Amino acid sequence: MAAAVAAYDAGCTDVLILDREPELGGILRQCIHAGFGLHKLGRELTGPEYADVYRREVLKRGIPALYETTVTAVSPDKVVTIRNRDGIQTIQAKAVILAMGCRERSRGALNIPGTRPAGIYSAGTAQKLINCEGYMVGKRVVILGSGDIGLIMARRLSLEGAKVEAVCELLPYSGGLTRNIVQCLEDFDIPLHLSTTVCEIHGKKRVEGVTIARVDEKRQPIEQTRRYIPCDTLLLSVGLIPENELTRAAGIPMDPVTNGALVDERCQTRMPGIFACGNVLQVHDLVDYVSDEAERAGRGAAAYVQERSASARCVAAKPGFGVRYVLPQCIHTDANEDVSLFLRVTQPFGNVKLTVRSGDAVLAEGKRLRAAPGEMEKLTIPAALLQTVTQDITVSLEVLA
Amino acid sequence: MKRTITCIVCPRGCTMSAEMKDGTITVTGNSCPRGEKHAISECTNPVRTLTSTVRVCNREDVMVPVKSAAPVPKEKMMQIMTRIRSACVAAPVNIGDVIVPDVCGTEMIATKEIR
Repeated sequence: MAAAVAAYDAGCTDVLILDREPELGGILRQCIHAGFGLHKLGRELTGPEYADVYRREVLKRGIPALYETTVTAVSPDKVVTIRNRDGIQTIQAKAVILAMGCRERSRGALNIPGTRPAGIYSAGTAQKLINCEGYMVGKRVVILGSGDIGLIMARRLSLEGAKVEAVCELLPYSGGLTRNIVQCLEDFDIPLHLSTTVCEIHGKKRVEGVTIARVDEKRQPIEQTRRYIPCDTLLLSVGLIPENELTRAAGIPMDPVTNGALVDERCQTRMPGIFACGNVLQVHDLVDYVSDEAERAGRGAAAYVQERSASARCVAAKPGFGVRYVLPQCIHTDANEDVSLFLRVTQPFGNVKLTVRSGDAVLAEGKRLRAAPGEMEKLTIPAALLQTVTQDITVSLEVLA
Repeated sequence: MKRTITCIVCPRGCTMSAEMKDGTITVTGNSCPRGEKHAISECTNPVRTLTSTVRVCNREDVMVPVKSAAPVPKEKMMQIMTRIRSACVAAPVNIGDVIVPDVCGTEMIATKEIR
């Protein structure tokens, strides 16, 4: 929606939104908790309210949308094949913006031994069942994974009267936002077990319990620490996978770290005229940044259609020490506007300095009292400095005393 | 008495320290005034924005999401949930409509339009 509105406002008024769901808003529709929009809109909204702000902007501009419509292919020459109640159709676009979001990693991806009873849900599925459809998923719950969705669901289940026995996290730190650990776990006295995993699921028809164990530094369960927890439900909040099947099928080059497309500062993929934004490009923790990114993609797509594209003067942006990835992976030095770099660190750090360099020149830097992989960092290169860049850009981290 | 509080006002999550002495509270470690306000509130009257869902009696398989129009006392959340669970509302519902009135000095309002 943000991309469509931005493209429209940039003068490209012939926009069509294709949505698999029966209404606009994507995952925000089931995220009924508050905390959205603080950066972007300056007020704290719930997910449905945040989506509604953009829905109104879409309606105001009369941007059409097709619902319950699945895109089955996007070709390099931007022919989009869609399928819905009216059958199969093709649409020739001048530019395409990919905004398909993520799906959740499932039990199959984890290889947890044990039986296959009812009562095992991915956290987002449980969230949809409870928040949108009004079904409660269980009474005694163990949650594997401490990402934000798992934490939010721990609180939601507690409020609805379930007993959340534990949240287990394989890593020695939580992947969720600090504020979610406080208000979702501490407020409800839910224990968070770090370096701990679920190593067996018990129960025939319904989950009867799980065996958890601490893991060693190779993430292998330690036999002596195995412990049985009776429960009827196991929620998995073990990571998101960008839904890039269409992207890959179109032959668009991907970044193996983000599992999203390689893009420039306008969110354009390596295939001219095809753009990507939101969780399908990189998994975000704040919707505010998703909207910003979508607006960049929307403006970029409009510029492409109006043939105002940047020149070929492009340098690569790469992660250095302590940085897992940097996005965009390529920057046009004649962009004529400030360019923000988004990145995630490799592990939790204390007092650090992040520096963006090109050769010996420092383009941007920022100090952080703490940095964690769960919190995306942003550094902005001023347009004036960018024009002087000739060598590749590297972002690295330095631990301060 | 000294207390460590993790700020939940914004995603930054500052680790703050609040010291209570002779009825005054001194806050350190916050990066903004909102953090100080939050730390004082945590020590005196901790509050949270409560969100949940309410049944829509004339629609099947649809729930209307609700939030407290103002933060409510933390220890009253479960009590309010009992009222939210027994509530029911008829569509159409607009964002901001009062769904459960009079909860701890505020009300639960709709956060989604149901046609």
